[in-house]
Amino acid sequence: MTTSTPQHTNSEIEQHVLRFIEQHTKKSWDVDTDLFASGAVSSMFALQLVMALEKTFDISVAGDDLKLDNFRTVTAMVALVRRLRDEDSGE
Amino acid sequence: MSEQAITRLGVVGAGTMGTALATLAVGRGLPVVLVDVDDAVLDRARDNVAQQLRLAQLMGRLPRTARAGELVTTTSVDALADADAVIEAVTELPEVKAKVLAEVSAAVRPGTLLVTNTSAIPVDEQADWTARPEELVGIHFMNPPYLIRTVEVIHGPRTGQAARDRTDALLAVLDCEGVVVGDGPGFVINRILQRMINEAARIVEEGRATPEAVDAVFQGCLGHRTGPLATADLIGLDNVVDSLRVLRERTGDLGYEPCDLLVAKVAAGDHGRKTGRGFYEHGEAQS
Repeated sequence: MTTSTPQHTNSEIEQHVLRFIEQHTKKSWDVDTDLFASGAVSSMFALQLVMALEKTFDISVAGDDLKLDNFRTVTAMVALVRRLRDEDSGE
Repeated sequence: MSEQAITRLGVVGAGTMGTALATLAVGRGLPVVLVDVDDAVLDRARDNVAQQLRLAQLMGRLPRTARAGELVTTTSVDALADADAVIEAVTELPEVKAKVLAEVSAAVRPGTLLVTNTSAIPVDEQADWTARPEELVGIHFMNPPYLIRTVEVIHGPRTGQAARDRTDALLAVLDCEGVVVGDGPGFVINRILQRMINEAARIVEEGRATPEAVDAVFQGCLGHRTGPLATADLIGLDNVVDSLRVLRERTGDLGYEPCDLLVAKVAAGDHGRKTGRGFYEHGEAQS
């Protein structure tokens, strides 16, 4: 089965990720702040982030991509989503 | 018998610790038979193992690309017959552990390593509940064991050399670091930690400090990563109360008598992270 998924700009991905984090932490974040160094989020939250990104952007994070460094900052998450989306569409 | 490879692990009890131990083992490529009396608990455990594997890989604590060991879930202890080692991780109630250890030691082959993951019951007391006391060893894994490598290893006075060697082999496969300590109620960690949690809860009960304040001083002043009450929520308040009672009965020390606030929270079903609420609100129940 082939499913079509909407294309997202980097800005849309960034806004979505920021919104998700801010809803859970009840504070604003800079896109380059290390979420985990701040102590404001737990490792369990990191897994929630992975699952939320997978669901929202129709990606699968596995193997060597499943590492905390890919989720430390909003910028890193946007780059990961962009890459996995592009790989999936064959770009 | 010399040290032998551990190629198949049995885990009995699919609660918080049993499930997390299964995660650790399959994440290290070891096939696991996970036994519980409740099919619904086993179904939930399968989902939780899959999620915990991802968490451990995300944190870099389990290999990301290695093939995971097969996980078999069952309600039959007979399925443990082919295991090289079996870890019991059932409720911290002596009568429950006695029944389970008797059943397991009857089901496994002689020479199979039996491990109790007890929080506080002395290993030698539990050895009486097995068919072959020399095969029983204590390994006190921390929660969650797939993130915390260091464990307490307890050799009872009757633990045989073969079991000690097999314990080393098991810890090697699981990539755990064992610290050998003496047998006795609560061993090292829980003799101290459970008392600390009880006093922390008593301070909250007396209205002298909030849970946040208690934990904040342990974190800020002593540099603890989490305070005693956040730790209690992670352990599970039901387990804390059970462990305190074991310690109270075996030491005669009234300081281990679980305080009213802990007992009340357990009676209300507020067991910590596993039920979504303990000293803190955790949102959804977490495995």
